[in-house]
Amino acid sequence: MAINWFKYAAPATFYGLAGKLIPWLAVASAMLFAIGLYIGFAVAPVDAQQGEFYRIIFIHVPASILSMFLYMIMAGYAALGLIFNTRLSAMMASAIAPTGALFAFISLWTGALWGKPMWGVWWLWDARMTSELILLFLYLGFIALHASIDDPRRADRASALLAIVGSVNVPIIYFSVKWWNTLHQGSTIKFTGSSMHIAMQQAMFTMMAACWLYAMAVVFARVRTIILERERNTTWVGELSEVKQ
Amino acid sequence: MKPRQKRFMFIAVALAGVGLAVGLVLYSLRGNVNLYFTPTQVFNNEAPVGKSFRIGGLVEEGSLKRDQGGLTVTFAITDTVKSLPVVYTGILPDLFKEGKGVVARGIMEEGGLMRAEEVLAKHDENYMPPEALDAMNKAQAAKSVSASAPIVVPVVK
Amino acid sequence: MALDIWMRENPFTYIWIGSYGVAMLVFAIELGMLKNARKATLQKIRMMRNSGGNE
Repeated sequence: MAINWFKYAAPATFYGLAGKLIPWLAVASAMLFAIGLYIGFAVAPVDAQQGEFYRIIFIHVPASILSMFLYMIMAGYAALGLIFNTRLSAMMASAIAPTGALFAFISLWTGALWGKPMWGVWWLWDARMTSELILLFLYLGFIALHASIDDPRRADRASALLAIVGSVNVPIIYFSVKWWNTLHQGSTIKFTGSSMHIAMQQAMFTMMAACWLYAMAVVFARVRTIILERERNTTWVGELSEVKQ
Repeated sequence: MKPRQKRFMFIAVALAGVGLAVGLVLYSLRGNVNLYFTPTQVFNNEAPVGKSFRIGGLVEEGSLKRDQGGLTVTFAITDTVKSLPVVYTGILPDLFKEGKGVVARGIMEEGGLMRAEEVLAKHDENYMPPEALDAMNKAQAAKSVSASAPIVVPVVK
Repeated sequence: MALDIWMRENPFTYIWIGSYGVAMLVFAIELGMLKNARKATLQKIRMMRNSGGNE
């Protein structure tokens, strides 16, 4: 029995679909980055407390949020792959990991550069920063574990388990500023509204959208390479124009 | 049980187990996960004695005194219930101001004075241009005068 | 100490090079690696198919 709604879960179909989407995602992302930076640096006013330094927020917050969301999506795909044994899910999980790790790195890096002039330190072992560092290590652990096992199916299963187990860290990052005393301030964007000037908000949300589109484009591009690599012995790969030439 | 359900059970059990373990570890470490103690906790003798630790709170209004010529400052950290005097020699961060958040690390001396080795500024999650802050402060002052309502004190986390 | 003073005198340079510059560099490295990986994989598959014939 053919399962129709799983059509796009077939690597061969998804390969083509992702290839069509990537240019659009890339163009939209570049445009939003330009608009976001323009609003962030030319329109948004200076902050009453922090002066110009607060402008790091426009990359810091989107990168942090992306690093957490991408982890949850990665763990979700890993779980799907483990339960339903779908080929594409595991490939998506391994395609997301490097991008998530880079966003976690950007979050930590920009946070350090923001912390130095404002708080007085680059780094402090407070709960928010430590748990974000653990997130980076979880991503790196996932990548390393997957790379260390030769059989791709077994690598998928082992790293999926790591991804799922590590997902408990994400709510810890989010709630760390509530649960414990930290140097890091509380969340600016809450479910009940935000405590930020409107132009600053526009800049941040535009940058966030840009980061999302960038992440999608990059993950799709990476998953296409993974699909090619893993399906290299199938007939459909042999019939691709980029392979035939 | 089908293999799929078995796998699902396995994952669910593993996840619950790890979640529980992490929860327990964090629960037992909760004193150490907190970056700082509040002045009230110090008064309740929850802070370590003779060892370096951090206190966090607001710099009490009117408590900041600079040594003439030197880099030594004294101020009080308050959580609006209790307040503790701190002495510090060094450069203060930009955001260090009376009424603003601060975290100081040092050793408590006899008589309840903290000799700080490090003073960090803690800012809040509100971002607004200076004019908006002025307007807000004025509106709040006008409101508290006309209604003689108590001034809202920011909660120290 | 010198850096502390410099960053306060040139906040925009500090923000642009330190945060946005590094972020863009990270994105550029990622894009470059992706392009290379795709090229290498395609080349490998072509070689495999040419030498092995139809599998």
